[in-house]
Amino acid sequence: MTTATIPKGKLIGAAAASDEERLKYYTAGQWQLVWWRFRRNRLALLGASILSMFIFIMLLAEFLAPYGGTTVDAEYVLGPPQSIRFGDENGFSLRPFVHAVKTVRDPVILKMVPIIDTSQRRFIQFFVRGDEYKYWGSNWIKGDLHLFGVEEGTIHIFGTDRLGRDIFSRIMLATRTSLTIGIVGVLIAFFVGLLMGGTAGFFGGRVDFFIQRLIEFIRSIPNIPLFMGLSAAMPQEWRPERVYFVITLIIGFLSWTTLARRIRGKLLSLRNEDYVLAAQLAGASDARIIARHMLPAFTSYIIVDLIVSFPYMILTETALSFVQLGLRPPVISWGVLLEGAQNIQAIQLAPWLFIPVIFVALAVLAFVFLGDGLRDAADPYG
Amino acid sequence: MLRFFLQRFASMIVTLFFVSVMVFIIIELPPGDYADRYAFRKLASSGDSVTESDMESLRKQFGLDRPPLVRYIDWISDIILRGDFGQSFLYNTPVSGIVGGRIWLTIAMALAAIILTYTLAIPLGIYSAIYRHSIGDYLATVIGYIGLALPNFMLALVLLYFSVTVLNSSAGGLFSQEFEEAAWSWAKFVDLLKHLWVPAIVLGTANTAFHLQTMRAMMLDELNQLYVDAARARGISEWKVIFKYPVRIALNPIVSYLGFDLGKLVAGAPVVALVLSLPDAGELLLKALLDQDMYLGGAILLMISAMTVIGVFVSDLLLAALDPRIRLRETQ
Repeated sequence: MTTATIPKGKLIGAAAASDEERLKYYTAGQWQLVWWRFRRNRLALLGASILSMFIFIMLLAEFLAPYGGTTVDAEYVLGPPQSIRFGDENGFSLRPFVHAVKTVRDPVILKMVPIIDTSQRRFIQFFVRGDEYKYWGSNWIKGDLHLFGVEEGTIHIFGTDRLGRDIFSRIMLATRTSLTIGIVGVLIAFFVGLLMGGTAGFFGGRVDFFIQRLIEFIRSIPNIPLFMGLSAAMPQEWRPERVYFVITLIIGFLSWTTLARRIRGKLLSLRNEDYVLAAQLAGASDARIIARHMLPAFTSYIIVDLIVSFPYMILTETALSFVQLGLRPPVISWGVLLEGAQNIQAIQLAPWLFIPVIFVALAVLAFVFLGDGLRDAADPYG
Repeated sequence: MLRFFLQRFASMIVTLFFVSVMVFIIIELPPGDYADRYAFRKLASSGDSVTESDMESLRKQFGLDRPPLVRYIDWISDIILRGDFGQSFLYNTPVSGIVGGRIWLTIAMALAAIILTYTLAIPLGIYSAIYRHSIGDYLATVIGYIGLALPNFMLALVLLYFSVTVLNSSAGGLFSQEFEEAAWSWAKFVDLLKHLWVPAIVLGTANTAFHLQTMRAMMLDELNQLYVDAARARGISEWKVIFKYPVRIALNPIVSYLGFDLGKLVAGAPVVALVLSLPDAGELLLKALLDQDMYLGGAILLMISAMTVIGVFVSDLLLAALDPRIRLRETQ
């Protein structure tokens, strides 16, 4: 066990100073205790807030993005990010603005070079009408309202790619794709893991033996090459949506092993607990014992395992799409965005193409922090 | 110990069998068969038209008219008995000829990464557990988190950028130009070592971070145990106490992960190879898969998976040798 130092005056638990606090501790429910413990971990709180930001982006991607994911700005190709300003040599302005920009091909070096016209200010406006979109791709909810935009000209706060598409907008939409892959993958892994682990742990014996061997087998195959092999085997003429669906399935169906192991181990050890024996003696059915007495003992561990497996899914998707064996355009995901930034020239010429990496790293870190915090908090009696 | 060895060996063989079945399924998965693709290639190169009866005879020639089970047995016995992995479309030569040299480069990269991982993770993990909450500990934690969060192709790009701008040399590739086509010699080997550190860092960082955290957590658990206090009370020097007792136990999970490590590192190789333009098996695997050259891809997939399975076997043995509890429990 690790001993954490708790600042004085914030003591919770048996060591609390006053009787009142002690009473509060002893009468609190399990989830209350988990929350108290979780609250003390700053990194975990940070992770949770970053994640809620990501969830916000995921829900409202089209609204937050000033442009559509495939809208091309032919005037500004491979342009660097436009900086948001409150002032320039012509004076100060309370309203934020960007300067008018365009890219032209340099006749000597044949590269696209940006030209900033500092005489023209494009004021940023909020809640503007812009590109029309279908919310979550559905045909029923359409809109054209965007959080911010400019009346004339363009605003590309993260720059544009080599086709002149706005990187900020694409990142917003990619966040949705990549996180939904994570969520669906984790859900699949959760159900399969619960089923297999539960079966193995509950029945034991021969069933347990076979499931254990299956888990060992899946774990001993190097996963990324396996994913690559499977996605390479997909017919090239499949629609991108179908590829997306199948990739999610593959990732989900091959990552249930950790959870299944955890559940099996827990079930096996809980079977010998006194309170399970007591319930059996009191005449409770197997189903009731599992649902009422055993499951609550490790729900928190399951949640932790689910959270911890998220970054793995996200990084797998990114790696697969990066080598062009995962999602394919026009689907926009973090991996697809980074696929355009594969070489050293990209870093030298257009470093802003790497901005999606920040989002990937932030998401992974947030999940890791949250997972660590939850793991510590999951066992409030320890 | 012999019984333990035999048990593990048997389970390794069974796993290898299933791996080979799975690879065979992947080879067979893409729509159309070898004959279709063969005819397509020929057609594309010569412009002749292919009739249905041509296809029939092609299928017969390749043995594709037989049931899958027979084809599997054919395929696997060719591999085991003759080392024949089939034909590559991409290069129009037997697969074994192309893969042979490259798989060794991949293994060399993975080994370099493993050595790097352990020489960094173990001492750093011990250090941050002993000096908990020190600046060094926080630094190790931060580096650990970054190592976990950055996709390794990103790390490869950053290192590449660094070497081009600061060191003024390209970090890509595994050999200098003059050695690329040369036969193996001592000088070429030294040249390889000079280039190996970049892929080793790229592949090893995430693993280092992971092991550093495991080592630290295990050490923290063990340092609080009573037997450590007892050893101290007997007046044994602090360094001896730490290295003789908690470190030995804390090494257990790391050793048990050795096999998976090998697999994970080899698994990351294709992506890194693409960025750093390494002439190894990973790059070949990627090319083969993108072109649906399934025999070539399948062969590499099979080799990589077999390496992992064997790695797990070896680490099981090592663990049993280290920890008597494991070899006794397993044989009961």
